Amino acid sequence: MNTTPVAGAADFALVAPEIFLLCAACAILLIDLWLPQRLRQVTYLLSLVALVVSAVLVAGLPGERMTAFGGTWISDPVAKLLKLVTCGTVAAVFLYSRDYLLARGLFRGEYFVLGLFATLGIFVMVSSGSLLTMYMGIELLALSQYALVAFDRDSPVAAESAMKYFVLGAIASGALLYGISIIYGVTGTFDLDELAAGLDGSAATNVGLLFGLAFLMAGIAFKFGAVPFHMWVPDVYHGAPTSVTLFLGAAPKLAYFALALRVLAEGLGSAVQAWQDMLIVLAVLSLVVGNLVAVAQTNLKRMLAYSTISNVGFILLGILAGTPDGYRAALFYVVTYVIMAVGSFAMIVALSRRGFEADRIDDFRGLAQKSPWFAWMMLFLMVSTAGVPPFVGFFAKLYVLQAIVDVGFVWLAGVAVLFSVVGAFYYLRIVKVMFFDEPAPGLAVSASGSFRFLLSVNALAVLALGLFSGALLDAINRALP
Amino acid sequence: MLITILFYTFAAVLVGAALGVVLSRNTVHSALFLVLAFFTSAALWLLLEAEFLGIVLVLVYVGAVMVLFLFVVMMLDINVAQLREGLTRYAPLGALVALMVIVQIVYVTWVRRLGLTADMAFPSAEPLRGTQGSNTEALGALLYDDYVLPFQLAAVVLLVAIVAAIVLTMRSRPGLKQQDVAKQVAVRKEDRVRLVKLPAEKGP
Repeated sequence: MNTTPVAGAADFALVAPEIFLLCAACAILLIDLWLPQRLRQVTYLLSLVALVVSAVLVAGLPGERMTAFGGTWISDPVAKLLKLVTCGTVAAVFLYSRDYLLARGLFRGEYFVLGLFATLGIFVMVSSGSLLTMYMGIELLALSQYALVAFDRDSPVAAESAMKYFVLGAIASGALLYGISIIYGVTGTFDLDELAAGLDGSAATNVGLLFGLAFLMAGIAFKFGAVPFHMWVPDVYHGAPTSVTLFLGAAPKLAYFALALRVLAEGLGSAVQAWQDMLIVLAVLSLVVGNLVAVAQTNLKRMLAYSTISNVGFILLGILAGTPDGYRAALFYVVTYVIMAVGSFAMIVALSRRGFEADRIDDFRGLAQKSPWFAWMMLFLMVSTAGVPPFVGFFAKLYVLQAIVDVGFVWLAGVAVLFSVVGAFYYLRIVKVMFFDEPAPGLAVSASGSFRFLLSVNALAVLALGLFSGALLDAINRALP
Repeated sequence: MLITILFYTFAAVLVGAALGVVLSRNTVHSALFLVLAFFTSAALWLLLEAEFLGIVLVLVYVGAVMVLFLFVVMMLDINVAQLREGLTRYAPLGALVALMVIVQIVYVTWVRRLGLTADMAFPSAEPLRGTQGSNTEALGALLYDDYVLPFQLAAVVLLVAIVAAIVLTMRSRPGLKQQDVAKQVAVRKEDRVRLVKLPAEKGP
């Protein structure tokens, strides 16, 4: 631990995208300060440019696994893939948010700057090689998220949900930190590689380590929004401005997947028996509660929040398999889920206008008559999330189920399938409402041309990725060999 | 032996102070109990020969954070009775949950043991205590060498906290009278002073 050399140029080369993103965020923050309100578009465009440039820098990173800064930083193909998807997702969120923010007088530069800082937090989490770096990334992401949820200061609902998110998030961070400190106390290292090398089969029966792991798991489950640590999810998704919900529901999931992958699979891989049981409980509860409660929702944002919880259950199923196949399936699932979630929340934004949030299921009544194209796009997204072939959501579920059946959890696969069927009900209810009900008064898609284009691409990507799922699977196989 | 006695004394005071923070009726007392808790934690750190951390805790938390905290507590008119209602209502439930957690921990670790082992040979687990040079120097070397990346990231976290705090609190209210110093300085005589020629009064 004390023999590591001082960081050199090679170390800094591996964090080039992060350094650029940080400098860009700071520069945009300062530029935004001097811009008059009518030139606020400049901030927005600069943020998009910053994301594109960081994506290019990420693509230029070496393809093999390398560590930097004495093992606190990992650059490997998984990180590369997750960072590229993150850049794409955040850019899409910015594009989707523009009209929404403009219509509500929320079009301020800090929205985009906080979004960039959150992206930086995701980058750090995805690449962290030590528990300490991981924690820094978590806090960076979380603080940006709290501020974004409260971004609409005049909305009491948003303020309340931000407060709830902040207090519960602080408790979860505390639990996580407590777990990290216990693990440090037992093993004397934060470094994930050192943990993996130093732990052997006896790790799963060590009292201290299990204590630390239990707290760590509570923190991870909270961040993911897995039952029984899910209470904040519906309230925060519902209370936040829809453009922020769009952000919360998508990109951070990639980071939390990386958190689980790095800490559980890489660092504490030898204690797999210990965390597998915990994950089984979390996954089964998430599938059951998420799907059953979603059925009873009349608010689309809340319904999608519960749908997120049930999808998290699936991601956890992939991780708990504890095999490379399982991790790959979970990665496939999280990437495709993020694409579908961005599209679904963007549909709410598309139907919202100034002073009107189209966040009730009733607001989608008869959309097929008013705007058949968008009704079909929403149909694609919903049916894919429900897991119907040939959409990509089906393959995501299939790979996860294969992975857990391979390690002998047939009953778990049964539970997952059963509750996916329950889940299909509420996704298809949206379809029924859109196609077979009389149109709601005042229903209209009030979105700009670029928004319509992006949303169509997003929804069609769900179909295309399903038809050509081999391509995505190849990319994931290369990322997690 | 002496160290053990000191440790348990300070630990007992710390736990007592922490309870005082939560249970005292007066918010100012709570804040003062928190100061006591920080002092005793600093003493515990000194016992561990982590002088730097102990002194920093007193300087930063007691010296700066708690003073600010006391100001805020004294300036805000917090209705303690109202807050107390929540506590008495939820206290039994909270106590029940806490009890369950304690029972589970005791059950797993002492009663059943579940084949758990308490010690684990871990290669790199060597205490830093009593090693070379001063505590501050060792900490500095660690922060700027091994942990330079997380250390810099902590600075970014603070920056985000500042940005978030400003975003959420600064707003331009309509109808608010503001002072523009540049405008005040740049004002010219002609803008403000108007010379009016008045005919001198005729003497009586």
